[in-house]
Amino acid sequence: MSDKAREADGAPEPEELPVDERVRELICEQLSVSPDEVTPEATFVGDLSADSLDMVELMMALEEQFGIDISEDQAERIQTVGDAVAFIEQRIN
Amino acid sequence: MTTRRVVVTGVGLVSPLGIGTRETWDGLMAGRSGAGHVTRFDASDFSSRIACEVKGFDPLDYADRRDARKMDTFIQYALAASLFAAEDAGLESPLEHPDRVGVIISSGIGGFETIEREHRKLLEKGPRRISPFFVPAMVVNLAAGWVSIRLGARGPNSAMATACSAGAHAVGEAFRLVRYGHADVMVAGGAEATITPMCIGGFASMKALSTRNDEPERASRPFDRDRDGFVVGEGAGILILEERERALARGAALYAEVLGYGMSGDAFHITAPAEDGGGAVRVMQAALAEAGASPEDVDAVNAHGTSTPLNDRIETAAIRRVFGGHADRLAVSSTKSMTGHLLGGAGGLEAGISCLTLRHQVLPPTINYETPDPDCDLDNVPNTARPATVRSVLSNSFGFGGTNVSLLFRHPEMS
Repeated sequence: MSDKAREADGAPEPEELPVDERVRELICEQLSVSPDEVTPEATFVGDLSADSLDMVELMMALEEQFGIDISEDQAERIQTVGDAVAFIEQRIN
Repeated sequence: MTTRRVVVTGVGLVSPLGIGTRETWDGLMAGRSGAGHVTRFDASDFSSRIACEVKGFDPLDYADRRDARKMDTFIQYALAASLFAAEDAGLESPLEHPDRVGVIISSGIGGFETIEREHRKLLEKGPRRISPFFVPAMVVNLAAGWVSIRLGARGPNSAMATACSAGAHAVGEAFRLVRYGHADVMVAGGAEATITPMCIGGFASMKALSTRNDEPERASRPFDRDRDGFVVGEGAGILILEERERALARGAALYAEVLGYGMSGDAFHITAPAEDGGGAVRVMQAALAEAGASPEDVDAVNAHGTSTPLNDRIETAAIRRVFGGHADRLAVSSTKSMTGHLLGGAGGLEAGISCLTLRHQVLPPTINYETPDPDCDLDNVPNTARPATVRSVLSNSFGFGGTNVSLLFRHPEMS
């Protein structure tokens, strides 16, 4: 499973990549979608076929990756890839 | 209530001997051991460091990545074996009458690998890091859930969690559902994946496991005098049970007819079998009674045969009590000598092996049989597979808590 792989390989975080790249990579990993599907306009539930459990897991992964907390209210407003990137950029800058 | 005849039209196996029904059968026929040193985790501190692991299994051969990562390994095994069985049976896809097709897949323990991983997260990172997929990845009935989703089977959907009898209970309950008209087709069996530190450690603490760590291939030796415990196995065994007229109408090849399903309880001890073998006696008698069969109708027993000192002695005595003089004409194999003990998957795997025995008319051996035990004095088909006329096979499964199942399968044409 991917969680295990991530924990085990201990690869350095790709800090040098811009935030939007890191978010997109994480989405590809979590939702098993290809990079060309992960456009800024893509909606998680509609375009990327995420269900409510996928969304919980994705928010957890974003929290972990960027060392932030995402409240339930904030998570509910993150509907597209662009929303996620904008939220993360605002929080870490 | 009407009673109908129930046949087996598909067998799907994932075992330590191979991924696939043919692969597993070939291993049984060659008398090959599936045992080795534990590779799934560092077992060097454990008293038992051996297991029968499934080798080279890639879940992505059976599910896309997104689905596969939401399943514990036992579910992945169950899904693979169910797809093998459905293909073997030639089940139509999509199903013509999906409400009449059900799934019962058992597991003794469920997703222990997932439990251990998520528990580590709880301790190391706190409760907010527990995966939302933790529960659906490890709960016992999610094997049946995933298989139903995959096949579109909207009939009865269930799972038993009766330890080492779980897979056999699944087949038996599925048999009843078809027999009494609640479903026309059932996908039924068991799956297990418990080669994890907690499970090996727990069974080791009970002194239930073989500690023949230097010779893993020789560790599972049912009925041999020098047996010292069972070897944990993993995998899945799934059957397609089908109402006989439906199967014949679509020209399906029949493996066997299911004739009897016995159940009993020991009411004795949490883990040890009743000393007089009463639970085992009553369960075999119940299967024969439902079938309307006499002991002389049975040619072979796929024994529970765990390779623990107690089980094999008591099961032998119970078979003698049930079969009387005919016991000396029975072939009593324990295929756990090759596959290890799949726990909740064992009943499904061994039901499948019983069907293959009927189809191929060859008895699988009990390997590692070297030194006779005067308390285990039946024909255990030592070490080498043996061609024979096999009209029917009784498959035994006994579980902790004193839960016993016996299933009687008959060749579809012989009686």
